[in-house]
Amino acid sequence: MAQTQPEPGGTRVMRTPPALPDPETAREWLATMTLIRRFEERAGEMYARAKVGGFLHLSIGEEAAIVGAARALREEDYLIATYRSHGHALARGTPPEQVMAELFGRVDGCCKGRGGSMHMFDLKRRFMGGYGIVGGNLPIAAGIALSSDYRETEEVTLCVFGDGASNQGTFGETLNLAALWKLPVVFMVTNNQFGMGTALKRHSAVTDLQRKGESLGVPGTRCDGMDVLDTHTVVSEAVERVRAERQPMLVEAITYRFRGHSMADPEQYRSKEEVTLWRERDPIPAFAAELEGAGAIDAAEQARIEEDAVARVDAAVEFADASPFPQPESLYDNAYVVDEQVKGRYH
Amino acid sequence: MPELRYREALNQALREELQRDERVVLMGEDIGVFGGAFKVTEGLLEEFGERRVRDTPISENTFVGIGVGAAMTGLRPVVELMTVNFALLAFDQIVNHAAHIHYMFGGQARVPLVVRMPQGAGHQLGPTHSHCLEAMFLHVPGLLVATPSTAADAKGLLKTAIRDENPVIFIEHESLYGVRGEVPDPPTPGTGGEEHLVSFGRAAVRREGSDVTIVGVSRMAVTAQRAAEQLAAEHGVQAEVIDPRTLRPLDLDTILQSVAKTNRCVVVEEGWPHGGVGANLSALISEQAFDDLDAPVRRVSGADVPMPYSKPLEDIAYPHEPQIVQAALAVLGGVRA
Ligand SMILES: Cc1ncc(C[n+]2csc(CCOP(=O)(O)OP(=O)(O)O)c2C)c(N)n1
Repeated sequence: MAQTQPEPGGTRVMRTPPALPDPETAREWLATMTLIRRFEERAGEMYARAKVGGFLHLSIGEEAAIVGAARALREEDYLIATYRSHGHALARGTPPEQVMAELFGRVDGCCKGRGGSMHMFDLKRRFMGGYGIVGGNLPIAAGIALSSDYRETEEVTLCVFGDGASNQGTFGETLNLAALWKLPVVFMVTNNQFGMGTALKRHSAVTDLQRKGESLGVPGTRCDGMDVLDTHTVVSEAVERVRAERQPMLVEAITYRFRGHSMADPEQYRSKEEVTLWRERDPIPAFAAELEGAGAIDAAEQARIEEDAVARVDAAVEFADASPFPQPESLYDNAYVVDEQVKGRYH
Repeated sequence: MPELRYREALNQALREELQRDERVVLMGEDIGVFGGAFKVTEGLLEEFGERRVRDTPISENTFVGIGVGAAMTGLRPVVELMTVNFALLAFDQIVNHAAHIHYMFGGQARVPLVVRMPQGAGHQLGPTHSHCLEAMFLHVPGLLVATPSTAADAKGLLKTAIRDENPVIFIEHESLYGVRGEVPDPPTPGTGGEEHLVSFGRAAVRREGSDVTIVGVSRMAVTAQRAAEQLAAEHGVQAEVIDPRTLRPLDLDTILQSVAKTNRCVVVEEGWPHGGVGANLSALISEQAFDDLDAPVRRVSGADVPMPYSKPLEDIAYPHEPQIVQAALAVLGGVRA
């Protein structure tokens, strides 16, 4: 079933194709994937115009893996991701205005301009953050799951990270601990086949990443991360199994990032042909076509989804641009929780 | 007041906080069945069970990170690292996450986490098991740093640390675990009584004196007191000994007030000299009380080498009373020597 080396068009896991969700749900998935795509494209433009500083990692090409997984969660579940997580925040419901304003470093950003592109966060929507340290979010995910378990809730944590992160010590350490302590956490490795410019087979001795948790007591499964329905089905199964059985699982989503690792990436480590092959499997038109074929959506509706996404991103840019930069006096805000021990800023 | 060993005082603090607050959870290597490498957690597994007292695998970065995530979502984890040296494996989670999450995420999340660990030389454990690294944590905004030197402070500061909303690096000293000291009784149910809590950011004046201020950090607060007695007995010098108790927040006011009185200051620490606690304090005192000083602030620190194993070398690689006495006499310009 599972292939060791993902090939364009060859990664779909052979199983009975899952049924489409109801048309309204399906349209929402398509709309959210489209929103992420347009948002990311615009973020790239804003970066080129120096509205956005620092690093900017885009999720273009990975939208199905994001939305399919995020929609497998209940509202009370937690999602935690990496520095490549604008899309995860958007999928969780963080307003595009707040995500864009964070990229612009403005006070109305979801982290008040303190985090930037790599460090999105939205506690209210249980999006537990983007983290700039590769592999750094895995222990935190296990801690959140420990808390859920300790408080005797049904909450599950979905922890998303890249194929490169699976080589970090925290991967082995966290999977072991999560299995040992029976924590309700689903580890999802978004295998976009590169850690920066290093291809999967050049960075991981085991390229069948779904198996990388086996020796640690974490069973694995795989989904086609270019297919929102397949991703949703597989991640939902994992989430519900983890919720019921209180045993972590690993899901590998095979996908591909269409753009460079970050904005400063001449992409000399892969061929144009390879990128073109994967772009032919673009998850958004593919899902739109599937919906159209099933009669769940027509051309007019597709156009409306497209226009809506563009309008929301326009509004986000306008909002971000109008939002002020944080005041210099606020530099020390939130360095500490001011309380009994910490009366003010540290002198 | 009953006398307790430093380790027993810590144990009592943990027990009381576990009893008081269901959200308190202990994690660490060998803290449960084994009772803790230094027996600080002895008996707690039996009393509170595996749900609350959790033995972890040897995965420091990960179980500190688990503490971070659990703290962000409602628990009050107290994580034990077997020694400060192993905190280096968890520096990623401590610095990049525990310290920065509240700030980085715009104040949305809090990390009420305590990471406990002992430090210190004197047991011939060589370069990987003997250092004092409080300066490394002091460097990081977002962390609180406590360095108790008495049984009473060990208990009172730990209870406060567990109740605080910020991440606390709680640094114990290996050589102090067996040392006894008076610790106020816990309040008895019914009859009441005050709980023993020690606030952060309040230095303790261990000995009053008007000739020279000696600030001693962690175990060096104890060594400084002995040196002060020697200074009085042998040189007629009255030293004021200050134990900052917490390095962040730092009670600089008490130190500056003392320096305003004595006009001379020695800072004693067990850690390395460059970028150390003494370097920091001496800069702060020079910046804020230059006119009060009759001599440059002098530092007494551990030697600028990895801690050697061999006993005679180890002995000279961290401060003892004679160096402190000498430094005090030096800032007094030999006037009273
Ligand atoms: C601890 C650490 N080491 C190195 C880096 C630099 N870095 C940032 S992203 C990256 C590649 C990670 O690849 P992967 O985990 O596959 O995620 P992807 O970027 O493909 O989403 C590297 C090496 C980092 N941020 N953190």
